[in-house]
Amino acid sequence: MDQSLTKSDFIGHDDHAPAAKRSWMFARPDHKTGIVSWLTTVDHKRIGFLYGITALFFFLVGGAEALMIRTQLAVPNNTFISAQTYNEMFTMHATTMIFLAVMPLSAAFFNYIMPLQIGARDVAFPRLNGFAFWVFLAGAIILNVGFFHKAGLPDVGWFGYAPMTAKAFSSEFVGDNSTDLWVMGLQVLGVSSVVGSLNFLVTIINMRAPGLTMMRLPVFTWMTLFTAFLIVLSFPAITIALVEVMMDRNFGTNFFEVSGGGLPILWQHLFWVFGHPEVYILILPAMGIISEILPCFSRKPLFGYPIVVFSGAVIGFLGFGVWSHHMFTTGMGTVATAAFSMATMTIAVPTGVKIFNWIGTLWKGHLMMRTPMMFALGFVWMFMTGGMSGIMHSAAPADAQQQDSYFIVAHFHYVLIGGSIFALLAGIHYWFPLMFGRKVSEKAGKWSFWIIFVGFNLTFFPMHFLGLNGMPRRTFTYDGNMGWTSANQLATLGSYILGIGIAYYFIVMIYTYFKGEKVGRDPWDGRTLEWSIPNPPPAHNFDVTPTVHARDAFWYEKTHQAEIAAEKAKKAAEDEAHGGIHMPSNSWFPFITAAGMLIGSLCFAFHYIPGAIVGLGITFFGAWMWSVEGPGGYHLHPTKSDGDASSASH
Amino acid sequence: MSSHAATAGHIDHHHDATTSTGIPNKKLFMWAFLASDCMFFGSLIATHLIYRLHPPAGSPDPRDLFSIELTSGSTFILLMSSLLMALAVNAIQKGNVATTRKMLLGTIIFGLIFLGGQVYEFNHFVKVGGLTLSNSVFGSTFYTLTGTHGTHVAIGVLWLVLMYIRTFKPTDDSNGQGWIAKGALHFLAFAGAVVVGMYTLLALVHAYEEGHGLAYYFSHHFISFGGTIALIGALIWFARSPGPVDFGEANAIDVESMGLYWHFVDIVWIVIFPVVYLLEYIVLP
Ligand code: HEM
Ligand SMILES: [Cu+2]
Repeated sequence: MDQSLTKSDFIGHDDHAPAAKRSWMFARPDHKTGIVSWLTTVDHKRIGFLYGITALFFFLVGGAEALMIRTQLAVPNNTFISAQTYNEMFTMHATTMIFLAVMPLSAAFFNYIMPLQIGARDVAFPRLNGFAFWVFLAGAIILNVGFFHKAGLPDVGWFGYAPMTAKAFSSEFVGDNSTDLWVMGLQVLGVSSVVGSLNFLVTIINMRAPGLTMMRLPVFTWMTLFTAFLIVLSFPAITIALVEVMMDRNFGTNFFEVSGGGLPILWQHLFWVFGHPEVYILILPAMGIISEILPCFSRKPLFGYPIVVFSGAVIGFLGFGVWSHHMFTTGMGTVATAAFSMATMTIAVPTGVKIFNWIGTLWKGHLMMRTPMMFALGFVWMFMTGGMSGIMHSAAPADAQQQDSYFIVAHFHYVLIGGSIFALLAGIHYWFPLMFGRKVSEKAGKWSFWIIFVGFNLTFFPMHFLGLNGMPRRTFTYDGNMGWTSANQLATLGSYILGIGIAYYFIVMIYTYFKGEKVGRDPWDGRTLEWSIPNPPPAHNFDVTPTVHARDAFWYEKTHQAEIAAEKAKKAAEDEAHGGIHMPSNSWFPFITAAGMLIGSLCFAFHYIPGAIVGLGITFFGAWMWSVEGPGGYHLHPTKSDGDASSASH
Repeated sequence: MSSHAATAGHIDHHHDATTSTGIPNKKLFMWAFLASDCMFFGSLIATHLIYRLHPPAGSPDPRDLFSIELTSGSTFILLMSSLLMALAVNAIQKGNVATTRKMLLGTIIFGLIFLGGQVYEFNHFVKVGGLTLSNSVFGSTFYTLTGTHGTHVAIGVLWLVLMYIRTFKPTDDSNGQGWIAKGALHFLAFAGAVVVGMYTLLALVHAYEEGHGLAYYFSHHFISFGGTIALIGALIWFARSPGPVDFGEANAIDVESMGLYWHFVDIVWIVIFPVVYLLEYIVLP
């Protein structure tokens, strides 16, 4: 191995000392199973799995909260839940769905699938990856402690508009600390998202298999890259906004305090500078998944690949220039309003382009109507509907009527459920065989698709009319003679059907995990590299790092088998000559560092300063030990016993 | 490095053959993080600017508060620390651990001087200028912005100290983590020297300001003065050459990433300094 290779900073120095020799309390665990192996894991696939399970759990929690909302609105003048509980429910529903369900579920795919698609053994910083997950879990716990504590749940809306977050308002109702929990929880989640995204960014740019040029990257990986960029550049804005609220609440500053000269409108700017890119953070991964599934089940390459990629970049870029379309009614002035209105309309162009590309992919394809494909087609249709109403609000005069009405609620659910959630459910179906070696039965899969599809449209389509008939969003109840009753009843009925569909989907997944039809590798006749490895994938992903010759690299491999086999034998021999495959060791410190953050932030939210200091101390200790621990590692020889050229050269 | 094209086997720190782009992962990571940090400071500076341009009635006038001389001085010190940081990176790229240590120490000291200046300033503004976090939006934004920058500097100093201690990691690590315990003591001595040293220094300034003589100072602050001397002695003792160390050219990328962070924090100050201290704002109607 030549010098420059040993200096690789993602592998670092080899650390051949066996674990037993290390006589200190945080010895590197080398367990392969059991709880310790999960707490200390650095394997991107395991971390992806952890993200997925946690996100699905919170998806159910958020769904239950949504059903509470809908039940309350089922009949006029309902008293099912109190106004205060209603506020808590819609705040937690949205916060949970966005930050604890959709984003981490996307992160699950980024973790599990993206490194496989680029032919990498792991992400660039494996321990940091584990850290991002544990920090995410910490943030999720902080946001939800109100369920178990008299502080109560946050009730300020997921947008936390000032001055609702001011101290004066929160102490009026149940818990004084609920807003502090919201503020701390979101900050902690921000740390997780940014750290995770920096890792993905470096991984995609730096860890691609030989020959995998940027213009050969699978589209899902591209969208991961754009999402990571958006997160890295937009989260700081909300972090600052949250820091400012935290200062207002705890240290008497006046950032948003009108009596002290503060400007609540500043909160809205900072929030939406983050908030609008955030909606693309939610939808771009979905677009990536769709762009994998449609070609696979149309038996055709993606139509207009470069255009799909560039339009993704354009969406990401424009996404930063349109935040004030959420603020048309705040009196920004005509120039600003007109400018943001036009900027918003331009976003429809790259979005529309993508839709045409998907239709182009389907055009004259040999469509295989499997469940993932059904969800993907559902996505295209409903996302288009949501996009259409989006264009309607980009016209400021129309938006002045629609803002804060149910029309908006209809719009963002068409893009968030019809878009993000449908794509994520499609992705779970699509990649399930890769992860667990079993396939969901087509019959059960299609039933779950249809129930969810019908329930969803029944819930949210009537909301367009409710909005146009003047029903404001965030209303806790309404009077019987407003003319809103029947549409609300339809929506509530729909939400139950949707709930049943989701429950059915989960049951089908659990059943499939234990009893589903067993399939070998590559059951869909896939096109990208993740399908080239055995299932379930081994820790080292690829016995031999693939060399990429074309877009849809695995498809190419299938059609050029002889050539690829020779190349692999040569590569395996090289790996062996370099001492085998180097894998990073497990580590306790990502977990410990994140645990310190949980303790510190929770104590701070409850104004218990000694606890906050202890938490900070644990975080510091963990980070310090992490930095001196070194990446460690061990070697694997997956191809050595094959008896071919690889073992001979050793 | 380009002039050494012919030195075969020499490690080129700017190119990592194992990455797709040839850029080391840590460096790319740091650049991306700094892009994120730009947005972070951008949001804070925007907050400050908005309130400077629309000051509420009765806002204090910053011109009555600031001492441009003092802040210019500490700004100069901060910029010079960047020079030392660059020299540290240069030294470690040549494998010169002794010089790296000296330059890291220099950077640490300059960073501490800057922080000391800020502590003095904050203290002065609160006590003399009557500007607090809560009595005006100007105070809120001023302390939050410069305080966040100060926190960045402090994190940088902490990181530098840890890096400095890592330069003592012995090659022979076979007796487990003995050096980590020693490193922890080294760190404690460092932290103690800074805190106690600052305290004695401030006491000296006070004694001087209040017209007490040196004799008074030594008689009243004998313990902290002695403590400072003892802690500095401990630092020198810890810094004895421990034989071959496991820190060298291969760690250049670590020092370089830290250097990028440090330079960035200095550059941000170059933006903050004029925006907060130098510009005179026309108050819009
Ligand atoms: C499970 C089915 C769902 C139902 C029945 C449902 C229902 C609702 C309702 C009725 C509201 C309006 C509350 C109000 O303003 O009074 C709402 C708000 C919201 N929902 Fe959902 N939702 C569901 C799923 C989702 C998903 C999957 C997401 C995210 C991806 C989501 C994101 C949001 C957001 C962001 C709001 C805005 C909250 C606000 O501004 O007040 N919802 N939901
Ligand atoms: Cu928007």
